[in-house]
Amino acid sequence: MNETTSTATVMAEPRPAARARPLHYRHTLAVRIMHWINVIALAMMLMSGLNIFTAHPALYWGNSSYSGAPPWLEIGARMDANGAMSGYTRILGHEFDTTGVLGVSSDDGQAYAQAFPAWLSVPSHQWLAMARAWHFFFAWIFLVNGLAYVLYTIVSRHLARDLAPTRRDLAGIGRSIVDHLRFRHPSGDDAKRYNVLQKIAYLTVIFVLLPLIVLMGLGLSPRLDTLFGGWVGWFGGRQSVRSIHFIVAWLLVVFVLVHVFEVIVTGLWNNLRSMITGRYRVPQAPAGHVTVQRMAADAPLEER
Amino acid sequence: MDPLRQRSRRRFLTGIGAALGAAGLAGCDRLSQSDTVASVLGSAEHLNAAVAKVVTGRRAMAQEYAEADLSPTFRSNGTANPNNPAYQTLAASGFADYKLVVDGLVAKPRSFTLAELHALPSRTQITRHDCVEGWSAVGKWQGARLSALLDLVEPKRNARYVVFHCADPMNDDGTDPYYESIGMDDAYHVQTILAYRLDDQTLPIPNGAPIRLRVERQLGYKHAKYVMRLELVASYAGIGDGNGGYWEDQGYQWYAGI
Repeated sequence: MNETTSTATVMAEPRPAARARPLHYRHTLAVRIMHWINVIALAMMLMSGLNIFTAHPALYWGNSSYSGAPPWLEIGARMDANGAMSGYTRILGHEFDTTGVLGVSSDDGQAYAQAFPAWLSVPSHQWLAMARAWHFFFAWIFLVNGLAYVLYTIVSRHLARDLAPTRRDLAGIGRSIVDHLRFRHPSGDDAKRYNVLQKIAYLTVIFVLLPLIVLMGLGLSPRLDTLFGGWVGWFGGRQSVRSIHFIVAWLLVVFVLVHVFEVIVTGLWNNLRSMITGRYRVPQAPAGHVTVQRMAADAPLEER
Repeated sequence: MDPLRQRSRRRFLTGIGAALGAAGLAGCDRLSQSDTVASVLGSAEHLNAAVAKVVTGRRAMAQEYAEADLSPTFRSNGTANPNNPAYQTLAASGFADYKLVVDGLVAKPRSFTLAELHALPSRTQITRHDCVEGWSAVGKWQGARLSALLDLVEPKRNARYVVFHCADPMNDDGTDPYYESIGMDDAYHVQTILAYRLDDQTLPIPNGAPIRLRVERQLGYKHAKYVMRLELVASYAGIGDGNGGYWEDQGYQWYAGI
């Protein structure tokens, strides 16, 4: 890049000061490593889990699958008189044609019956024994990584300092919701902290959804079921546990989709860099947006 | 930064992401075919077994249920009627000539008629059957306690597994009989029975008549049906493909506690 274009770029840049600002160290090495291990482990567990589901693509409530009540969710395939396959999904008695996504998908124009499509599945095609091997292997990686993370957040005070919402956070929850809906993102020092919705989302995932999905996975084991009499029954029975395991998996997918969406709209490269190198460039408020209150809050930090 | 460079970098990153995603999935399929990878992934099985034993203890009891929880009909899975002439002959006479052979590493090898099995101390239990596929069914089982039978044949010190040889061939041509194996902890467990009754009826053929194993703390494929012979062994390496059971030979875990 030569001198002229460089000057032109700087002049075209609305907030030249932002480029000059030093990068803020946002994520510690430990958090970065555990984050990416978790990405891999959860992705593998989701996809191998969907392959396992394909072996019996129906969910029930209660102890048993054969209690006389129909499954509340069923994904299946049927063939018409002409030999054409179609996929269906039945939820609480309502049936939907889901050919192409659920029940029946196609690979290079060749239709195949499988609850979830090959691109969402590990291995791609139904293979229960191998899917279980993948699932349990990554379950241990996920578990050890998750326990290490929780221990780290407590010991390093990451939990108390960065994740626990303050009273002021909670008071501003309404404004934070409006800001999110308007895609108005924090800038300056506010951007160095997690916002209140972010904190609540992370805490819910870390301390509710992930422990719950692990517990529900353990509840599927006919051996761990023996731990103390009837604990699987507290959740409605083994088939309920299987349903909850499945539902929580999709709640986690929803979280990941929202998380990735927010990462993209608040600056994909900047966010990615901060989760790889730890360094984050703090966005500046657009001119005229800075309130007196925020400027006052900014002042002491500027001097650091 | 100039917008053109930014756009091309974005395109580059998206490209890398897509390529990694596709390579990752194809990679998982290729890895699944490798014996080394399968054995690395399979190593979790030993951890599962060890942890379950430590956490729950060897005598922990599987949950038992009430009559109200029984499934209206207990699902038959796998073989529904063995394609085996010798078995069919036995079935034709109501298993009057059936004999359960017990041999291998035992001090007193012998066989048991159905009447002799009925005479052994028995147990009745309403338990949940969990198939590896994911479904469950609740059934009421009555059968001879395996521990009582083992006390009669006196296993040798080096016996580590009980192998169940079954009458149902897994190939259409009548070969590859089903078999399974369990360790001594499970063999002596209170709820481990050689069942001859299901839901207060004589065990029907689709559910494994005349004798099927119930080993309640493991998945369905361990519960061998149509049991003809028990063999006590120090190692199951020489049986079938050497993995301890028909489904284990197809890649399923020997420890089916999860």
